[in-house]
Amino acid sequence: MHISPVLWQFLIKWLHASALFPAEASTIAPWMDALYFFLLLLTVIGLVLVGSLIFGFSLCYRRSRNPVATQVEGSTLMEATWTIIPLALFLVCFVWGALLYFRIYNPPANSMNIYIVGKQWMWKAEHPGGQHEINSLHVPIGRPIQLTMISQDVFHSFSIPDFRVKREVIPGRYTTVWFNATDVGTYHLYCTQYCGTQHSGMIGEVTAMTPADYEKWAQQSTSGMSLAQNGERLFASMGCNACHNGAATARGPNLAGVYGSKLTLTNGSEVLVNEAYLRDAILNPSQHVTAGFAPIMPTYQGQISEDGLIDLVEYIKTLQTNYRVQQTQVTSQSNQAAPTTPEMVKP
Amino acid sequence: MSTAPNAISNTIVLLPDQATATIPKKNYITAEHGLLSWLLTGDHKRIAMLYLISITFFFFIGGAFAGMIRLELLTPQPDLVSSDTYNKFFTMHGIIMVFLFLVPSVPATIGNFLMPIMLGARDLAFPKINLLSWYLYLVGGVLTLAALVLGGVDTGWTFTTPLSTHYLNTHVITAAMAIFVAGFSSIFTGLNFIVTIHRMRAPGMTWFRMPLFVWSHYAASILMVLGTPVLAITLVLVALERAFGIGVFDPTKGGDPLLFQHLFWFYSHPAVYIMILPGMGVISEVISTFSRKRVFGYTAVAFSSVAIALFGFFVWAHHMFIMGVSNYSALVFSLLTMLVAVPSAIKIFNWAFTLHKGSITFETPMLYAFGFMGLFTIGGLTGVFLGSLGMDIHLTETYFIVAHFHFVMVGGMLMAFLAGVHFWWPKMTGRMYPESLSKLAAVTTFIGFNLTFLPQFILGYLGMPRRYHAYPPEFQVLNVLSTAGATVLGIGYMLPLLYLGWSLKYGEIAGNNPWQATGLEWQIQSPPLTENFTEIPIVDYEAYDYEWLEKKQKEQVTTVG
Amino acid sequence: MPHETAVHEHEEHGHVFVPQHRHHFETEEQQREAGSFGMWLFLLTEIMFFGGLFFAYLLFRNWYYPAFAVASNQLSVPLGGANTAILITSGFFMALGVWAAEVRKRNILVITLILTTLFGVAFLGIKYVEYHEKWEKHHIPGAHFDVSEFVNPAAHGITDEQPLSPDMAQHTQIFFFLYFAMTGMHALHMIIGVGLLFWLTWRAYRGEFSSGYVAPIENFGLYWHFVDIVWLFLFPLLYLINRHPLH
Repeated sequence: MHISPVLWQFLIKWLHASALFPAEASTIAPWMDALYFFLLLLTVIGLVLVGSLIFGFSLCYRRSRNPVATQVEGSTLMEATWTIIPLALFLVCFVWGALLYFRIYNPPANSMNIYIVGKQWMWKAEHPGGQHEINSLHVPIGRPIQLTMISQDVFHSFSIPDFRVKREVIPGRYTTVWFNATDVGTYHLYCTQYCGTQHSGMIGEVTAMTPADYEKWAQQSTSGMSLAQNGERLFASMGCNACHNGAATARGPNLAGVYGSKLTLTNGSEVLVNEAYLRDAILNPSQHVTAGFAPIMPTYQGQISEDGLIDLVEYIKTLQTNYRVQQTQVTSQSNQAAPTTPEMVKP
Repeated sequence: MSTAPNAISNTIVLLPDQATATIPKKNYITAEHGLLSWLLTGDHKRIAMLYLISITFFFFIGGAFAGMIRLELLTPQPDLVSSDTYNKFFTMHGIIMVFLFLVPSVPATIGNFLMPIMLGARDLAFPKINLLSWYLYLVGGVLTLAALVLGGVDTGWTFTTPLSTHYLNTHVITAAMAIFVAGFSSIFTGLNFIVTIHRMRAPGMTWFRMPLFVWSHYAASILMVLGTPVLAITLVLVALERAFGIGVFDPTKGGDPLLFQHLFWFYSHPAVYIMILPGMGVISEVISTFSRKRVFGYTAVAFSSVAIALFGFFVWAHHMFIMGVSNYSALVFSLLTMLVAVPSAIKIFNWAFTLHKGSITFETPMLYAFGFMGLFTIGGLTGVFLGSLGMDIHLTETYFIVAHFHFVMVGGMLMAFLAGVHFWWPKMTGRMYPESLSKLAAVTTFIGFNLTFLPQFILGYLGMPRRYHAYPPEFQVLNVLSTAGATVLGIGYMLPLLYLGWSLKYGEIAGNNPWQATGLEWQIQSPPLTENFTEIPIVDYEAYDYEWLEKKQKEQVTTVG
Repeated sequence: MPHETAVHEHEEHGHVFVPQHRHHFETEEQQREAGSFGMWLFLLTEIMFFGGLFFAYLLFRNWYYPAFAVASNQLSVPLGGANTAILITSGFFMALGVWAAEVRKRNILVITLILTTLFGVAFLGIKYVEYHEKWEKHHIPGAHFDVSEFVNPAAHGITDEQPLSPDMAQHTQIFFFLYFAMTGMHALHMIIGVGLLFWLTWRAYRGEFSSGYVAPIENFGLYWHFVDIVWLFLFPLLYLINRHPLH
């Protein structure tokens, strides 16, 4: 920011106090506001320019002052001027905006991932440790948070104006957005895509807390099972481990360490295994067959909810060795509770 | 003309002596009598009048819905009507205003009336298709009213799937069919205009001697003809999906809801240019007449109209930047959006410089034109905000968008429409409207408009989402300001309805050319004959040839007495 | 310089106006050109209209190629091919009709129009047969759609198809939806065309087009040929996906 930070803060805080401007509560917010003020400046200049021309010419050349008009055909120079200058300014807006866009929609690698499931007419937030929230989102400040979002029904859109982030939440595929909250406080979150009757009721609160407070909250709010643990249960109960059991002769590929890797499919293409891929593979397995395996995986479309898919995806993400997979087999065949691994929240 | 123009008065209005003047006995209104002669007419002027009455009717219905919306939004709580009803309010407001008012507003009324006359033709190329257009519009309108009466539609005017196809039990198919039919009305109007402009210009009327009004309608007609059919097929797909549950937009069945978005916006973006281009044509005519000057840079303005039409086809996905389109396609569409903004800027500057060295008067059409220029500048530049990718993330789906498009459509297009109605009212009816009252209405509209929509920009940046029935209490002050403005705006729109109606009986007789304007339409009587011209003119002079006009008037003055 | 006006053609040339002349046109030539231009423009809108469906087809064929291929093999190439030949023949007779109108031979015009109509109706008849077959096999998308034939072709006596996995088999429904939507929209245009043909044949029989007034026949010919061309795109796209006639 090349503007004096003091002046900037003064302007923002004063506007915010007058309920005319949102808070700047994330790392990206000042960048967004800078672009906004630039665009605002362009608009004001443009308006003043056009207004002065109209006003000035009207005054100078009003009929009582200039009874006879002088016919002027035009001027190529002027045309070029007011083509090139606006174009140049608009292109500046384009480049600046594009940079900002790429920044907001490309999360840093070390982001903490929180899942958001939208449905008519509420938001469900699912933290990896198993904390579930409805119409609310608790986040620590000072840490990049990635939201991986999907809708269970229609188009929604998840918006936190004070963080200057927003992304459509659509059925059928994950969309993501990230932010890094800077100020402790509570902020509005809205659904901004018309989704039916209670569209304006689909609002909630984002609570940004210090990391210590967040830890405390996380410990108090857990449902007992992390997402991955839930996923483990589902992996067994839905029969995934029948084929994906990690044995050498298994009918399905080994899932240990598959997340984040590059996979070659039977049609020769290479894919990066991320959340979207895993979800798609569960729902449309015939298009995601790993090379060397037969296309025999049944589809789970209609048999599993978006929450269940999130749990499964989280579980697969945690698989580093065959140990966990084999444990699920043991678990599903016995009535013992599944053993927990060290970092997971204790039930 | 029996009185010499006063050289330094502040108006260019020149009326015949009111003591002796009469409306010409033989004109297109008196040519035939009876309701059927109007309902089965082929006369483009009568069809234009039929359209004028119809769209005014729908405008006030759409306006009533707007009033209800603003009334509800006075308070943060959803306390006036139920949420379902509110959702129907904004849906019906959008559908009626876009498809039944804005799209046909200038082309079907003023365009229909004037295009043949401006070109020196006796009628449009296909008068029967012109009448069919009006009937299709009526069917579309009736179906919309049917959807309303049967309980309303609450999809939003954008019919987003899968909400509209699988999650609502309102009369979506009826509304979709209404717009389907109204779309063909638009297609046939555009088709008629294109053929007329290509094939029926008077001898000597080359492309570059046509008034800029015609150029802008030509560009809009290309959009109508090429874009509207895509909307038609999209609505068919929505109806089929809804009726048979195929899954073409349903991800659980392998379909893609984003496909609908692409198909829908492929028309709906050009649609906004269909709406604005004819209005820009009106502004060209008005600014020229009331500056007594040829439009500065005629060629640039003509080409910029066509450029807007062309570029307008390639920017549709800027309505979808945050919907999960790839980052790279977002880049392309943002760049193209910046390009499409340039021709509009060119026009604004050309109009402004038309004023330079002109001889300017401030009759009502000119006031509306000035209002247009200011408000369209704001509206257009806020479009640049939205075309800028990163900025769009924060502003999209908020009241900023609502403010942006109301600035261009209401502050822009509706003002241009009113400018045109006032400017050509004497030609269409033979009577003048009351000037002082109309100036008051214009100023009232301008003030009311700004009060209504400027606060909405602020609300948008604050994050207030659009289509919200209830909102957080801290947004109330701005909403109250907006509603107050809407009230003033409503008064500003009621006034023309009243005094224009009044003028039909009591307005001053206008004569052929009350504005002393150039253009073929001002060389014939007001109201015109059914066949427009007793003899087809031969055009051997440029458009906006004020020197020719002045010479003609000097000759008339010196030959009197 | 005062502008001149043209003296109306009536007095200048003693031009006799034919009965179909519309008075807002200066000459019959202008009227004919305008009519033709208008029809071409209308056909352009039709291209945009069908274009939406073609776009959807392209998208889903790209995503679900195996399902599209298998589903396409369900369509009967002999019937589709016959329809293609029928429609081309119908177009040939239409072109003959335009010629007949231009050389003012009423009887030939009427005969060719009747033949055009007959072949058009034959096309629709075969389409009905095809649609009926789909109905019998539960391949009409919707509640009664049956994928068993695609998941387990062997059980249905089909030996030259690979079985599809269940989720891919579901996507055959999208193929059939597009099949019905596109051929159905095409058939609707054919039905309208056949209706217009009845009207034009009647008028031709009464001699309206054998004294120099050919515009309706010409312009309808344009429409009919357009409908023909749409089919020429539909046929290979829908019927001929991944066919291997030689092995």
